[in-house]
Amino acid sequence: MKVTLAVLLALAPAAASRDTCRDCHAALEGPLATPAVEFSRDVHARSGFGCASCHGGDPTQEDPTLSKSRARGFTGKIARTAIPRTCARCHSDANLMHKFKPQQRVDQLAQYLTSLHGKRLAQGDTAVATCTDCHGTHGILEVRNPQAPTHPLRLPTTCGRCHADAGLMARYGLAPNQLEEYQASVHWEALAQRRDLSAPTCATCHGNHGATPPEVSSVAAVCGTCHALLEELFRKSVHHPLFTTMERGGCSVCHGHHRVERTSVDMLDGEKSVCAPCHEPGSAGARLAAEMGRRIRDLRAALERSDQILARAARDGMEVSEAVLRQQEGREALVRARVAVHTVSLQEVLAWTNQGMAVAQVTRQAGEEALRERDRRRIGLAVSLCAIGLAIAGLWLKLRSVEGRRAGL
Amino acid sequence: MAIQTAKRWQVWLEERLGWDRVREFLAHKKVPVHSGTAWYYFGGITLFLFGIQVATGILLLLYYRPTAAEAYESVQFIMTRVEFGWLIRSIHSWSANLMVLTAFIHMFSVAFLRGWQRPRELTWLSGILLLGLTLAFGFTGYLLPWNTTAYFATKVGTDLAGSVPFVGPGLARFLRGGDEVTGATLTRFFGFHVAVLPALTTALLGLHLALVQRFGISTPPWLESRGDVPQMPFVPNFLLRELMAWYLALGTLGMLAALFPWPLGEKADPFAPAPAGIRPEWYFLAAFYTLKLLPSHIWVLESEQAGLIGLGLLALWWAALPFWGVRPDGRERTKLVTGTGVLLIAWLSTFSVLGYLK
Repeated sequence: MKVTLAVLLALAPAAASRDTCRDCHAALEGPLATPAVEFSRDVHARSGFGCASCHGGDPTQEDPTLSKSRARGFTGKIARTAIPRTCARCHSDANLMHKFKPQQRVDQLAQYLTSLHGKRLAQGDTAVATCTDCHGTHGILEVRNPQAPTHPLRLPTTCGRCHADAGLMARYGLAPNQLEEYQASVHWEALAQRRDLSAPTCATCHGNHGATPPEVSSVAAVCGTCHALLEELFRKSVHHPLFTTMERGGCSVCHGHHRVERTSVDMLDGEKSVCAPCHEPGSAGARLAAEMGRRIRDLRAALERSDQILARAARDGMEVSEAVLRQQEGREALVRARVAVHTVSLQEVLAWTNQGMAVAQVTRQAGEEALRERDRRRIGLAVSLCAIGLAIAGLWLKLRSVEGRRAGL
Repeated sequence: MAIQTAKRWQVWLEERLGWDRVREFLAHKKVPVHSGTAWYYFGGITLFLFGIQVATGILLLLYYRPTAAEAYESVQFIMTRVEFGWLIRSIHSWSANLMVLTAFIHMFSVAFLRGWQRPRELTWLSGILLLGLTLAFGFTGYLLPWNTTAYFATKVGTDLAGSVPFVGPGLARFLRGGDEVTGATLTRFFGFHVAVLPALTTALLGLHLALVQRFGISTPPWLESRGDVPQMPFVPNFLLRELMAWYLALGTLGMLAALFPWPLGEKADPFAPAPAGIRPEWYFLAAFYTLKLLPSHIWVLESEQAGLIGLGLLALWWAALPFWGVRPDGRERTKLVTGTGVLLIAWLSTFSVLGYLK
């Protein structure tokens, strides 16, 4: 390995100065020209690597028999089964990677070998993904480059190239609708519409190089990497041990996995209830869910009512900024109440809904008082205008009297 | 008994103040009566609104705190906790705006009625300076609530001041009390607003009013030349009418303050990005929009510099009206004066509307 690296490092600067591989292939036509064209924008080319870094050979020789000599290490097209280890020659070498990207991990190959892709490739299945299927072959771009297939915005489509292929997925007994489902999820909405690059993509839950479906028991932990509080509350609930016993996948029982839709209080009861499949109507569980839903709806309605009153007062020029700010506390209590649903405890939900209702009551009273004050001001204005009108009338009468007297004189 | 006491006091005061001379002066003071007499009321209305400003300003001073940490909260306190505080603050803000409006109307009416002609050149100049001080009151007072729009409008305004050729950077630093708009700017503006500007205004207003009394209210020259212009006594005829106008102004102020209380907005956050659509107060909009329309460079000057020089020259040209409005032989440059006035009004109104809409 060390000898190979020494050869590669020796070749890198040479490739930068002279690369007959690229010179010849660029002059060719069709598919033989593609690698040379694509490699010009490849991140490796910009770091001084050349064709020989992966394919071997001697790029300083113009004679193809010498440059592509097996004796000079030329391998030609790399077999799919050999791709991970070819890439790992550099990417698993901490000393080498440190020269180019000091913070880059060097365990990609080790991770890949634990993935289903890696395991199947080791068994000789060349239809599974290797490094080049996701990163590209000769035009590899850094993950942060928005044009890279591994950029968060493009990753779902990249995974979907195989996982949305019904024919290919049928060979593995997998449904080809993961991409379609994901693209209907709240996570995709955040990623694609709001351009939130921290929103989860395939790799966030499955891992990237070690891509594996989460075990049933680890679903909550996977979701909990982002939704930490929700995971904590769920683990305290009666659902957690039950789902584990029933071998049901934690969060995904209610929220689904790829198609995680926007949550709503309607998930507790009614037609969209996610409790209903397990809890029959009228059962203790269904009644509990309905009661939690009612309390949360009541709080939401109370906050909306306060919002309306405060908005009307503000529109009429009343100073209600303190109450408007206080509403934020109520909205926070509403969020906390919705989060507390994961404890499946009415007491936990009530603790927050009661707090929110108290805030909503205070802010509504502040808004109503502002509206009463507005009315008092208008009455005061009417009285003042009458007084002013009377004063003007008095002055006018006085003026008439003065001018009449003078005219009379 | 009471009448005798009052008479004794009257005599006592008369010996010391000589009020009879004032009464005598007022008894003979006349105001010309013609189709444009109504325009004469605007000077008095502006004076009345200035009085309102002083009175409400003093009341606001009882609670206002001129620091970045407390200014916004103190105005909020005035508006929500102090009895009739909302009314005082609203009237102060609305009357400031109405005062600028009536001062402009007064200036243009004097210009068109030729009240600037000999011997009233100094009356005109002192009036122009008073208008400038009124605008300075508006600019400094706008920042005092320390809200977002005020903060960023002041930032834009002091940036513009920094573009004045030669003295700009020093002027901007002087106004801001540093390189940025900070609490130091607020304290400084407060000082200008409640001490420097009122002192200058009081002195200049005294001179302006003294000159008005000295030369009386002007009669338009085209009427004067005809002779026998009807006159009305200042006291009580004109005074009663003026009082009616003041009451009307008071009613308008009350309506505006009660139906459209002056908003407080959100507290200024110097680290937040400037909100979209930041624009100065309406009376600076025409100048602001003109500067916005200019190309990035005019000759060797940057747009702001060229614009400020242009606007400065325009203001000087207008202020110097008494000196170019009449030819050396005494004949008036009627078309030039009227044309300049009309163009100025057209520019101010059109560009203010455009500046507001864009």
